Amino acid sequence: MGKFSNAGGREMPELNTSSLPDLVFAFLFFIMMVTSMREVTLKVKFKTPQATEIQKLEKKSLVTFVYVGEPTAELQATMGSETRIQLNDAIADIDEIQDYIAQEKSSMKEDEAPFMTVSIKGDAETKMGIVSDIKQALREAYALKINYSASLKVD
Amino acid sequence: MSKTRKTPGINGTSSADIAFMLLIFFLITTSMDTDRGLARRLPPPVPKDQKEEIDVKERNLIKVLIDSEGSILFENKPLDIKQLKDKVKEYVENANNAEDMPEKLEEEVPLFGKVMITKNHVISLMNHRMTSYQDYISVQNELAKAYNELRNELARKKFGKPFEELETEQQKAVAKVYPQKISEAEPKNYGEIK
Repeated sequence: MGKFSNAGGREMPELNTSSLPDLVFAFLFFIMMVTSMREVTLKVKFKTPQATEIQKLEKKSLVTFVYVGEPTAELQATMGSETRIQLNDAIADIDEIQDYIAQEKSSMKEDEAPFMTVSIKGDAETKMGIVSDIKQALREAYALKINYSASLKVD
Repeated sequence: MSKTRKTPGINGTSSADIAFMLLIFFLITTSMDTDRGLARRLPPPVPKDQKEEIDVKERNLIKVLIDSEGSILFENKPLDIKQLKDKVKEYVENANNAEDMPEKLEEEVPLFGKVMITKNHVISLMNHRMTSYQDYISVQNELAKAYNELRNELARKKFGKPFEELETEQQKAVAKVYPQKISEAEPKNYGEIK
């Protein structure tokens, strides 16, 4: 029984923590890899609709975003509260979509351009009229792969 | 300068704290959210002078209409969204080859051989301009669910595995038996003179 109790003379060696920063840095780099910085400042606010049958968007570099929603609280004073579209960093009109898509397409590699996906991030409260207009504009611009951004529905 | 003097070692215990601070900063500023959504394909644009032709047989066309209130008209009859999925499944599958449902045609499908499929069916999804986006996505979701369930059932029956776990080739074959055909027409404006 006394086998373990008479270790009083021995001291616990101190834990070497010199590799801790390396560990944390490795973790940090991992986080930096898997996440993406928010590239645009949102000027419209939106809460994506909920759905259950959603798929992941593949190849981030091929995805272009179109945001639809009401302008944010700070912008409502100048813009009003009507639903607007945001392309990149600016609020835009429907007829600017075609140019925007063409511009995005030309910035891609030539062999990748046909696989371009447009993700429509629309607010759940948006009326379909504006979404339909966007769809028509995308058709005209030959950006036929689209994705209705949605979040997973939790019951 | 005497050689006996040593440079004191730099105390490195705080570098862990610095690294942690960086880590936390990145955790806050970046977004982990993987973008997810319902993928769809739009039809190519039609030339301006040409009207969109509809050469789909009446029975092959499954009409789903969402009005501004979010209520659904399925084949001109009101339907609750909870029943939509099963109705769509029934029509797309058309197990008994009913007269008023999409016609079944014999088709050679790899791995399956000759099967009768409703390959010409089209779900025509129409909406009003005032329909809310959430209602629209809910309906799109139900339609996608109908197809996914049909595919899953078939995959389980044939390969004993859900659709997701099949090989690419098997997935293609199953998808060929139940092709996803959703047409998103331009919205209707009631009372508008065309």
